[in-house]
Amino acid sequence: MDTPDPSPQPDRREFIKKAAAVAIGGTLVVAPITAGLFVFMDPLGRKTESGASVLVATLSSLPENGEPRKFSVLATKVDAWNRTPNVPVGAVYLQRLKENTVRALNVVCPHAGCFVDYRPANSNYFCPCHNSSFALDGAILDPKSPSPRGLDELPVEIRNGNEVWVTFQNFRAGVHDKIPV
Amino acid sequence: MKPALDWLDNRTGYRRLVHETLFENVPGGARWRYVWGSTLSFCFVIQVITGTFLWLAYSPSSQTAWESVYFIQYEMAGGWFLRGLHHYTAHAMTILLVVHLMQVVIDGAYKAPREFNFWSGIILLQLVLALSLTGYLLPWDQKGFWATRVATNIVAITPFIGPSLQQLIVGGSEYGHHTLTRFFALHAGIIPGAIILFIVGHIYLFRKHGLTPKLPRRRPDAAFWPDQVLRDAVACLAVLAVVLFLVFRYQGAALGAPADPSEQFSAARPEWYFLFLFELLKYFPGGTEVWGAIVIPGILLLILAVMPFVGNWKLGHRFNLAYLWALLGGAALLTVLAVKADRSDPNYGLAVITAERDAARVIELARSPEGIPATGAVSLLRNDPFTQGPKIFASNCASCHRYDGHDGLGGQPKDKISAADLKGFASREWLKGLLDPEKVASLHYFGGTAFSDGKMVNYVKEDIASFGAEDQALLQQAIVALSAEAQLKSQRELDENEAAVIKLGTEALTGDRLGCMECHTFHDSGEDNAPGLTGYGSREWLVAFITNPEHERFYGERNDRMPAFGEEKSLTPHEIGLVADWIRGEWYVAPAPLSAR
Repeated sequence: MDTPDPSPQPDRREFIKKAAAVAIGGTLVVAPITAGLFVFMDPLGRKTESGASVLVATLSSLPENGEPRKFSVLATKVDAWNRTPNVPVGAVYLQRLKENTVRALNVVCPHAGCFVDYRPANSNYFCPCHNSSFALDGAILDPKSPSPRGLDELPVEIRNGNEVWVTFQNFRAGVHDKIPV
Repeated sequence: MKPALDWLDNRTGYRRLVHETLFENVPGGARWRYVWGSTLSFCFVIQVITGTFLWLAYSPSSQTAWESVYFIQYEMAGGWFLRGLHHYTAHAMTILLVVHLMQVVIDGAYKAPREFNFWSGIILLQLVLALSLTGYLLPWDQKGFWATRVATNIVAITPFIGPSLQQLIVGGSEYGHHTLTRFFALHAGIIPGAIILFIVGHIYLFRKHGLTPKLPRRRPDAAFWPDQVLRDAVACLAVLAVVLFLVFRYQGAALGAPADPSEQFSAARPEWYFLFLFELLKYFPGGTEVWGAIVIPGILLLILAVMPFVGNWKLGHRFNLAYLWALLGGAALLTVLAVKADRSDPNYGLAVITAERDAARVIELARSPEGIPATGAVSLLRNDPFTQGPKIFASNCASCHRYDGHDGLGGQPKDKISAADLKGFASREWLKGLLDPEKVASLHYFGGTAFSDGKMVNYVKEDIASFGAEDQALLQQAIVALSAEAQLKSQRELDENEAAVIKLGTEALTGDRLGCMECHTFHDSGEDNAPGLTGYGSREWLVAFITNPEHERFYGERNDRMPAFGEEKSLTPHEIGLVADWIRGEWYVAPAPLSAR
């Protein structure tokens, strides 16, 4: 079925034809791929809605002795096309410090994103995934902990004397610096 | 470079493959008429690429399918373009399939020994149509939903296995999550997989038997590369250009309102290339649909399949050609009939307008600050007074009432107006008309009712008509005060700015000069002989009124013909709330016109 390669036509005309065929053929494939990749990259251009101040608990619900308690953070969850108000978007440990100050720590371990547990017996936080341990102020306790930084502290505001408002935010895991996601 | 390529060739033998691909013999040299198969392969490649990227953002379930397509279309950067490319390439593919088939038959490329090649082509044709059919449902919009239901109901009339087959395809007895998972698996996995298998076989057989030359051969034989490749590439580019034109011309593919099994959709039509089948069904009376839907198309396909044998007879080829042209002509004729029937049907036109309005409205709601709830976008429309109000009004209220002269949806009911026109009900302007001696007994207000010669009408026609300037001023203040009771959105600013007038108006309304309180009540004053004016036109007042106009608070026993919609349970409290909100102009208004990202 094959014919011999050499063609009777002049070389230059032949070259232009070949170049045109390759160029057009390339365009044909590149067009849909480009359109697709553009849409695929969409998440890179999206900002997460976060950093709003949320009422998490009342001051009176926090133990006077400074023992941390875990609370869910309820906010509007935006999941692609869905907006759901008043659902848990994360959790924090709240700890009463002095009379009217509260410390809030994000429960997410900065190492790989597991939730840490408060261990009352040891008075520390412990990550069940890779055994990082943290002091009550969030600092790394055991230097062998794989976490690159201490637990992420969140800004707290006491309003109307008894309301604990937390500016909730998640941070990038696995890095030394506290970078919002 | 060369040693590396030698190494590769040694292990893969790629050079022979490339050589075989590119230097396939083209008898009689390259010609434009040979490009159609390549354009089809190209379209398939586009569909696989765009389809895969759409897949990355699509979510097949009845609460997320429409929503994810909405997100692709309106929120993701370039999503409308990607979806448009996929949509219009599907259209192009259908046309190219027909062109390819015609070219193959005209050139006699279907005859022995190419029977299997022809048959694999016929199967590919059906597989591509199956892709269109399954893809039509995936956005889960009203159009796809209702049109596909027709298709699956046709499956059910297949003798013996029909009902079971339908249940298998639909994934149950009703449309739902599993209909989508099944259609999606068919559309994105099973059918494309089968197509790839058949394309491989199709091209293998094509290469085995060689190209069927169009006689007479105009030039000496030549290789596929580069002349025919260039022609194929240019043809594909032309196809892409047409598709791109359509994508930009129509701003991507349309997305209707989300599927709602409880919402009638009279604008349901299949995609244009299935319209001839849709039209054909109209000619088969009840009980004989199986002929129009299965038997006749089956026989027609069977005749197509035996063409290679028919072609061996003396006049067989001519018969085949005539048959194909007749088939095409018949399909074209049926399509024209279908389009004409729709064009001349005002109800269809109205249904299309309603469908487009709902589609635009749900996008506004989806983009509102509340966004789409987890129950899906269908609840946005179900709870939207702007959408539901006119529909409820048209079917429950418009036999007597009007809204701006029509039935709420823009149509005219068969009964004459015999109760008030409720556009702007309880607004200052509406009340001014009601209290205008010229207008009160018109059909716009009490003219068509049992109260056309009642106390109120006579009060307006006699007492108000003889008002001096001072009483007229009091009346205008009273109108402002009464209208403020409605707390209408459209007058919110006016009401806030004119608190002083409202105060004076309240005094006028309850005072002796105007005499309103001789029959009506207003907060703590008045006699309860006519509809109470406390909260007149407010949501609470209107809902209570529609629920039961015979209540002591309103007309009591003197109620004219208005049904107690709530008491009789002919409307649910939710529906009454929707129509009340709509009459009061209480619905979400988008801040800016919408556009795709």
